[in-house]
Amino acid sequence: MVIKNRQLTEGSTQAGRLVLLDPPAELTALEKCLLNEYQRGFPLCSSPYQVIAEQQGVTEELVIETLASLQQRGLISRIGPVFAPRRAGASTLAALSVPADELENVADFVSSFAEVNHNYEREHSYNLWFVVTASDELHVQQVLDAIQAGTGLPVLKLPLERSFYIDLGFPLWC
Amino acid sequence: MTGNPPDFDMMQQDGQLLDAIDRQIVVATQAGLPLVAAPYDALAGQLGLDVEDVLARVAAMQERGVIRRIAAVPNHYALGYTENGMSVWDVSDARISELGQQVGALQYVSHCYQRPRHLPLWSYNLFAMVHGRSREDVETKVTAIAGLLGEHCRGHEVLYSKRILKKTGLRIKG
Repeated sequence: MVIKNRQLTEGSTQAGRLVLLDPPAELTALEKCLLNEYQRGFPLCSSPYQVIAEQQGVTEELVIETLASLQQRGLISRIGPVFAPRRAGASTLAALSVPADELENVADFVSSFAEVNHNYEREHSYNLWFVVTASDELHVQQVLDAIQAGTGLPVLKLPLERSFYIDLGFPLWC
Repeated sequence: MTGNPPDFDMMQQDGQLLDAIDRQIVVATQAGLPLVAAPYDALAGQLGLDVEDVLARVAAMQERGVIRRIAAVPNHYALGYTENGMSVWDVSDARISELGQQVGALQYVSHCYQRPRHLPLWSYNLFAMVHGRSREDVETKVTAIAGLLGEHCRGHEVLYSKRILKKTGLRIKG
């Protein structure tokens, strides 16, 4: 086993910049395998780590120890069911084109709505992208109207029309 | 078993009903399974349920699509996937159904959605989120998507994320 002494900053996705925390090259073969192979099909039975151990030809203790280490280092965010987004209620993606010198204020204003659960700055003339989620379509529209009124900027409303997304996780090493 | 009759406190999810016990399981597993040899037994003990009941309910929720997959969920940012490019495409309406499915099936596309155009401000109707370890990595993948879409795409852009300003986690509160 390696990397016990490596320092990792907690919470790579906390508000702020995306930071490269750890060169993945230093992972062991077992670590890469556990990260790559169990993005779906994590065993649903009383002793799932024993099942993984048998699949990988190692001991259950080593599987648990390795997953614990990956989790401690922030390389696995959690182990468990991945839930489909709630489709009860309504939501939309939306974007604003914000003058650079107003971006901080506008971003804070948009984030201040409880109905806004994602808010990203992106490199584009439409530089602020956010998702509004509420109990119904009317409430979503009210939030968009309030953002438009509060900022004086027209909101580009881009609701999902169809999903082509099959969520299988994605290969980390290929 | 808990004393809550499942008829109470029901939650609509994708047209399906989660009863109170399903909902307790969802809430208890959102933060992840414990890293112990028998995690579902631990969960059952915590909720006052039989482990067989917990396993059957998790399997049933997966069958109904409430649970998409069971995973050791990698933290992509911590693993070096720091570049997140939202690629947007102006795809022929006649072909978007077929081509969207092909793009959504690509392993490195984590989300793929059709959204409305807002002409003349916004001409892109297909959104595909592409993750990579570097901009070059993302650009290579975007070039592959452009090749797949060929003459049925009239233009595209990639919007890189600069900052995460807000990202909230749990979808369902206890």
